[in-house]
Amino acid sequence: MNNLNEIRAKYTEQFQQKSKRARIVVGLGTCGIAAGGDKVMEAIKQEVAARNLDIDIDFTSCIGMCYREPIVEVALPGMASVIYGDIFPDKVSQLIESHVVNKQPVTEWAAMQIPEGRTEYDGIVTMDKSAYYEKQVRTVTSRLGRTNPESIEDYIATGGYEAIEKALSMDRLAVIDEVKKSGLRGRGGAGFSTGMKWTFVYNAQGDKKYAVCNADEGDPGAFMDRSVLEGDPHGVIEGMMIGGYAIGADEGYIYCRAEYPLAIRRLNLAIAKAEKLGLLGENILGSGFNFRIRIKAGAGAFVCGEETALLNSIEGQRGMPRVRPPFPANKGLWQKPTTLNNVETYANVPFILRKGADWYAGMGTEKSKGSKVFCLTGKINNTGLAEVPMGITLREVIFNIAGGIQDGKQFKAVQSGGPSGGCLPAEKLDLPIDYESLGAVGAIMGSGGLVVMDENTCMVDVARFFLNFTQNESCGKCIPCREGTKRMLEILTRICDGEGKVEDMDTLERLANVIKTASLCGLGQTCPNPILTTLRYFRHEYEAHIIDKRCPAGVCNALLVYKIIAENCTGCGACRRVCPVGAISGENKQPHTLDTAACIKCGGCVSKCKFDAIIRG
Amino acid sequence: MVACGCKCETTEQAQLIEQLDRIIDEYRGQPRGLIQVLHKAQELVGYCPKWVQVRVAEGLGVSLQEVYGVVTFYALFSLIPKGRHKISVCAGTACYVKGTKMVVKAIRQHLGIKPGQTTEDSRFSLETVRCIGACGLAPAMIIGKDVHGRLEPEQIPEILEQYQ
Ligand SMILES: Cc1cc2nc3c(=O)[nH]c(=O)nc-3n(C[C@H](O)[C@H](O)[C@H](O)COP(=O)(O)O)c2cc1C
Ligand code: FES
Repeated sequence: MNNLNEIRAKYTEQFQQKSKRARIVVGLGTCGIAAGGDKVMEAIKQEVAARNLDIDIDFTSCIGMCYREPIVEVALPGMASVIYGDIFPDKVSQLIESHVVNKQPVTEWAAMQIPEGRTEYDGIVTMDKSAYYEKQVRTVTSRLGRTNPESIEDYIATGGYEAIEKALSMDRLAVIDEVKKSGLRGRGGAGFSTGMKWTFVYNAQGDKKYAVCNADEGDPGAFMDRSVLEGDPHGVIEGMMIGGYAIGADEGYIYCRAEYPLAIRRLNLAIAKAEKLGLLGENILGSGFNFRIRIKAGAGAFVCGEETALLNSIEGQRGMPRVRPPFPANKGLWQKPTTLNNVETYANVPFILRKGADWYAGMGTEKSKGSKVFCLTGKINNTGLAEVPMGITLREVIFNIAGGIQDGKQFKAVQSGGPSGGCLPAEKLDLPIDYESLGAVGAIMGSGGLVVMDENTCMVDVARFFLNFTQNESCGKCIPCREGTKRMLEILTRICDGEGKVEDMDTLERLANVIKTASLCGLGQTCPNPILTTLRYFRHEYEAHIIDKRCPAGVCNALLVYKIIAENCTGCGACRRVCPVGAISGENKQPHTLDTAACIKCGGCVSKCKFDAIIRG
Repeated sequence: MVACGCKCETTEQAQLIEQLDRIIDEYRGQPRGLIQVLHKAQELVGYCPKWVQVRVAEGLGVSLQEVYGVVTFYALFSLIPKGRHKISVCAGTACYVKGTKMVVKAIRQHLGIKPGQTTEDSRFSLETVRCIGACGLAPAMIIGKDVHGRLEPEQIPEILEQYQ
């Protein structure tokens, strides 16, 4: 087969036919399944069978609104697709009765509608005007929630494998030039120009080269790579093929963390289907280009996300970083020239080739082009996945897209970039999101996890949380990181336990700077960032812990004092009965008192009190 | 009986060894397959005891030290047996700020084990893990192969009941 014209025409026709029939589609990404999506699917199948309906049932991946999972789409011929949220099995019957049988959408359950040229319903917001999507763009995430990720037919019908066809007709350097011109920078953290990296590997001497995809996604609080792998596996494969062709590789590896079994399964399936069509293997599309992709599962080590540690892990060894130089571009996998790129980086490439570098460079800021996928998590109303143009502000993302803070609480901080990133306070909310702006204030873009914290989060405790993480994950090869993280963790624990000393803040800062400059790999070089940023923006919280022996957010147990507010107490006795050590006393219907010396701070009374009469602080 | 160099006597063990050898065969003499083989070996045996490590080392042609190094480096490999149902509570950032501590506390109260331990009847083992990628549904945990999200401490007993 020398081109895809024939099968593309066939699959496109099939794809259009699908939308001419009534269909129900369930979102079955990891998040959808965790929320009960597979049970909903079962219920739908039963309901459809019981009513003997002539309707197609399909599944898709996560459209991005994790906070509305399980998500179900219903589309009738000629009418807009309606996306429903929070559809649990007990709602299925009514949903089908109303929307499918009576052709009346259940407006109050609908999250939005997607017209795509069909007739709109009244009273349901369209996707492009919905609060969650209005400020988003959908490039890398365009197929998520819209196509069946296990269907290569869907992929090809939506423009898939057009980019590799185009690339194969171009000179290899021209492909690299196009990527360079687009301004695409690595989405795995450091933001290095992808085109430049490919040039280095192109120029490296060697008969054998590799293209490796980093799907280790180690940052806690980040799941965009998982979503892309689960939702558009062919997109990543096509991106790798283009990269492989450009640098002269004939073999690719995807290093995927073992905690993502669904992503691994869909990737395996996608590779098998692409091989069957001759899109992977020998002499692809008659061009003489050979390319194969293998998957390697990780085994639970954060440091394996670091590029040289990852290469060691693929080789079957402990995932310890190598000393650089030599860089992987010259001596990478099995000492051969290797390009290593992130999932989202590769997933961008087919779009750049298809729509052109200028189109891509038209989005974003001067130095950060295109769009970036973020994971919005923490104490916000709308948790989920959002793809936004570079340069949008943190405020827009947190307050418009993510819908602000849960339960009407106060925003305190947003953590960007995982354990290597920083915590930013409210004053920085108007910062545009791009590599340089975030770097300048001590955070990093990182892989794209944004964890939002409210007034009930203690920033010292958060710093300790991250240090606990990095100390656990430090591979132990270099001393600044191995010993330094331990010492910093000790100090932070001491502060949280109420035994901090005033000089601890300076010691932390000094240690942090030494570790930053002296560590071997990015893990050590960036792990002090959470401490440095919390010291910089939330110093008063450290001081409260150290000097006043108080945890303002009421998190650090050792520093908490429980008190009963007499005015609020009705004397119901609920707290007295639940207290395991008898520290609360009082007559019925009279305000109670709490003996702080006897109190073991278990918190039982606070959760029992219905009148907000017990406070800790 | 297969000559395996260990003290296995029962046919059950002999069968296990035969199955392990089939896993090793795929990468015999190829050190690069070490992590893949250990994944499958652990799936088969439930953990990576010394006899498994010895056999894998000999089969792939790497030293036992290297195998032991890899087993202890990666969090997913275990030197001790696990319970029938492995509970992995996510202790990633998103889950942490939304109440990992409460979830662990509820499980501890219900089962009487701390992270890193196994119940006496081998029904459950408990551990905390880094992000499982279900941050949108934080706090989350995995039991066996099922992901449970949006956890409230009160639901814990009911969820655990499903696993016998
Ligand atoms: C400790 C550590 C962990 C990392 N984890 C990841 C990861 O999980 N995923 C990723 O794509 N990059 C990760 N990186 C960055 C990679 O080293 C590398 O820069 C990146 O994969 C290159 O791809 P890109 O140019 O497309 O961003 C990590 C770096 C460090 C130092
Ligand atoms: S932080 Fe818990 S699933 Fe990501």
